[in-house]
Amino acid sequence: MENWSLVSICVLFGLTARWAVSLNSYSGAGKPPMFGDYEAQRHWQEVTYNLPVHEWYFNTTDNNLNYWGLDYPPLTAYHSLLCAHVAKLINPDWVELHASRGHESYGHKLFMRATVLVADLLIYIPAVVLYSFYLSEGSNKKKVCTVLCILLYPGLILIDYGHFQYNSISLGLALWGVVVLGLGWDVLGSLAFVLSLNYKQMELYHSLPFFCYLLGKCFKQGLAGRGLFLLVKIAVTVLVTFALCWLPFLSDPGQILQVVHRLFPVGRGLFEDKVANTWCSLNVLIKIKTILSTDTQLYFSLTTTLLAILPSSIKLLMKPTLWQFKLALVNSSLAFFLFSFQVHEKSILLPAFMLPLFLKDGLLVPYVVTSLAFLFFSIYLLSAFEHCSEDKLRLGPYRRLLICMPRMDLGRVTKWKFYFSITAMAGLSFMSVALAPPDQLPDLFPLLVSVFSYLHFLGLLLYFNIVQIAEPLQSVRKNQKKSN
Amino acid sequence: SISKVHCVVLLTMTVFSGYFSHSTDFEVHRNWLAITHSLPVSKWYHENTSEWTLDYPPLFAWFEYSLSHVAQHFDKEMLVVQNLIYTSPATILFQRLSVIVTDIVFIYAVKECCRSVREEKGSKDLLGHPFFILAALLLWNFGLLIVDHIHFQYNGFLFGILLLSVARHLQGRHLEGALLFTVLLNLKHIYLYIAPAYGIFLLRSYCFTKDNTDGSVRWSSFSPVRLVALGSIVISVGALSFGPFIAMGQLPQVLSRLFPFKRGLCHAYWAPNVWALYNMVDKALSVLGVRLKLLDVAKLPKASMTGGLVQEFQHSILPSVSPSITLICTLLSIMPAVLSIWCRPRGARGFLRCLVVCALGSFMFGWHVHEKAILMAILPFSILAVESREDAGIFLMLTTTGHYSLFPLLFTAAELPIKVLLMLLFTLYSFTSLKKLFRGSLLNPLETTYLLGLVAVEILCEVVYPLSPWQHTLPFVPLLVTSVYCSLGVSYSFIRLYVSLLRQHGTDKHKQL
Repeated sequence: MENWSLVSICVLFGLTARWAVSLNSYSGAGKPPMFGDYEAQRHWQEVTYNLPVHEWYFNTTDNNLNYWGLDYPPLTAYHSLLCAHVAKLINPDWVELHASRGHESYGHKLFMRATVLVADLLIYIPAVVLYSFYLSEGSNKKKVCTVLCILLYPGLILIDYGHFQYNSISLGLALWGVVVLGLGWDVLGSLAFVLSLNYKQMELYHSLPFFCYLLGKCFKQGLAGRGLFLLVKIAVTVLVTFALCWLPFLSDPGQILQVVHRLFPVGRGLFEDKVANTWCSLNVLIKIKTILSTDTQLYFSLTTTLLAILPSSIKLLMKPTLWQFKLALVNSSLAFFLFSFQVHEKSILLPAFMLPLFLKDGLLVPYVVTSLAFLFFSIYLLSAFEHCSEDKLRLGPYRRLLICMPRMDLGRVTKWKFYFSITAMAGLSFMSVALAPPDQLPDLFPLLVSVFSYLHFLGLLLYFNIVQIAEPLQSVRKNQKKSN
Repeated sequence: SISKVHCVVLLTMTVFSGYFSHSTDFEVHRNWLAITHSLPVSKWYHENTSEWTLDYPPLFAWFEYSLSHVAQHFDKEMLVVQNLIYTSPATILFQRLSVIVTDIVFIYAVKECCRSVREEKGSKDLLGHPFFILAALLLWNFGLLIVDHIHFQYNGFLFGILLLSVARHLQGRHLEGALLFTVLLNLKHIYLYIAPAYGIFLLRSYCFTKDNTDGSVRWSSFSPVRLVALGSIVISVGALSFGPFIAMGQLPQVLSRLFPFKRGLCHAYWAPNVWALYNMVDKALSVLGVRLKLLDVAKLPKASMTGGLVQEFQHSILPSVSPSITLICTLLSIMPAVLSIWCRPRGARGFLRCLVVCALGSFMFGWHVHEKAILMAILPFSILAVESREDAGIFLMLTTTGHYSLFPLLFTAAELPIKVLLMLLFTLYSFTSLKKLFRGSLLNPLETTYLLGLVAVEILCEVVYPLSPWQHTLPFVPLLVTSVYCSLGVSYSFIRLYVSLLRQHGTDKHKQL
């Protein structure tokens, strides 16, 4: 069948899965007084529509920052404003100042879900299709399978359409940045990424790779000539885009400071809840939160984060190819997630790990179904197991590291590790749902889930770092085709 | 690889289980679970606390009875007859799961049908294989998904038995096919409409073991053994299902429940059949007559002028239609097809074609037909569609209009994206896969324009109409437009199907000469 029809079918399928999940419950449904993320988004529409711009991020009589104050960059605010205008056309009650707090209705739920779908359709899905077709390797069929698997990724579906957020916009814009960079249009790529960053500050996780990749490209083209020109072009684009996004706030430095203060809440401590990062897991053994002061915690996490991303960034600077760029993106986001300050579990968008969150939202069935479907599709369509040989997994460097260990087929080891992980995850999911934790350890299951996931993430971080760094600096002609 | 398609479908169907639609069928089946579980057998067909009384044959009641034993572990309260409209989460979960689990029958039947599909030689990749296309067309059938999993019925299970019976006949295992069909008849008596096809086919091709050289009946080859075997199957299954009720002398009561005198030629939403067109013509003529001052408004029956789709539609100009007339029309419509498999039997495939014609004919001319009945024609027709080019063309037409006519079943705003997306998915897939299989366009421009008109109708009904002033003055317009527009397509497919059947009959006759 022709490509376009296969891709359309995949997209339609993805959309159906998304809407089907939408019909389930959302975060904070029916839970006054604070409700959840759904109410937060609705509240932002209310705030941005009714209040003037200079009051959006401030604590005023009309805008109580304790009740879901805006804590995303301005682009989220503009998007909420746009949605609010549409909402006003349909039903003004939804964005009535103060009166619409905690508003929950059938029509409103449909409206909110529809906004997510529209944003997804306009930004994220085209980016995925373009990415699969222009930037991934393999036959046409493989590319279609990639589209399907990415579109069915349960983490994004469950968080955006279940829990309720707009990650698809920021991720979509970042993905546009990657696609456009891959096609060689550096200025546009940086524009896309700046927009993505201005939508959610979480995209800082990806900022260093973008920075190092572009800087490295400039260096490679020679700082005396074209490289400098490129650098200037990119810098100007970045600054202008930032200025445009923050235009209403530029008039007053106090505004800028307040917004930054809202975006990066440094007063809140190293972590909250059970997150699969280093600090939370370390807390099990040593009570870090209580030993160190908040300031020390901040500096400590900052230093470790920077140290963690240093190797991959330097490598990218020295060798700015697309493959290195992709690896660096993974490494950087993992490093940030594992070591930074005040991380929420949603930042990793990894479904199995977010199970406790989904249980709270009443999203168990969609979680099970989408995870199973995704696993099934990725394993079957992308023939993951057939490519499980040592060579394909680029496990060469490991072999050199583990030179003391007896000869074993690392490919098979990885395969068995995967089976084990899946079984363990299924087991933990089942236990979290079906069994009650012992009285002395009420947080046993979330903690187990987070520690288990943490070990996986750490392992992934090490793996990808080694893969990225072990690649030779000067790639031979032959390799040039492979290292896309 | 078919099994992998199975898993896909099962998983996707489960996604819908998270969504509960307020359909009456849900309550109907819950009520039947309650009746069969809590009451003794003698009361099953007398019970009428709820308005949804048991109106399927006894074998289905036994089926519900066995389900109720599983249901009691989910939520005992749903099995109390007095708990009308009881919808606890456990109840919803159980009911949805029961549909999904019984769909296993459907999946097995699809697998068997795919095995019997004839294909051309030549290597194709998996996606292009006829059996893969057939599997996808059946498992992903939009109508079945909508009706079963969103609206709630056990059609997957029932159609599974039907398709399995067809597959057995295609494979030459006629006794099993007959057994399965008898079981099906005793599960849902609407399949009586296709019983003539089965009866004549089995009589002609199974009981008469040999044909004459010119294809006509060889009376000497009649095999009483086979007839007795068939008869005993029918009687024993019937005894199993109806037996207890006959013993209790409740047969008249059961029959009165099975064949209630339902008011109205069409039910509240006109199924896209001949009578929808008939009603439309009648209404148009009466409006025209009033405008041209040929008729007196006061003399016309009230019902036809005040509202739109009421059940008791009294015809003002054209003669009224009674149940017996519809029966005669149905019989007349299927007569040529049935006669053709008697005179020139073309094996199991001829039987299948006749079955589709019977199903479609009864849909076209039946009394109080529900639009869901179109599935009875579409699903078996899929098998023929992957084997012949002409059938594929007719199939696309029938399937697209038939499925579109199911849209009014889901009328809430939440279901709108689902039905549109699924419809697009199925239509896109059926068109592109069949086009690729038969290498070339399957529809002529007129048909394509008609199908594109469906998009216009949908936009009219969902977007234009709610925003227009007609919403209050003429509340029935969307249903009317949908029904009439689709009946054009369905009637057209019916005629084309008949033409192809008679043409085949004609060529066979020519071959003998």
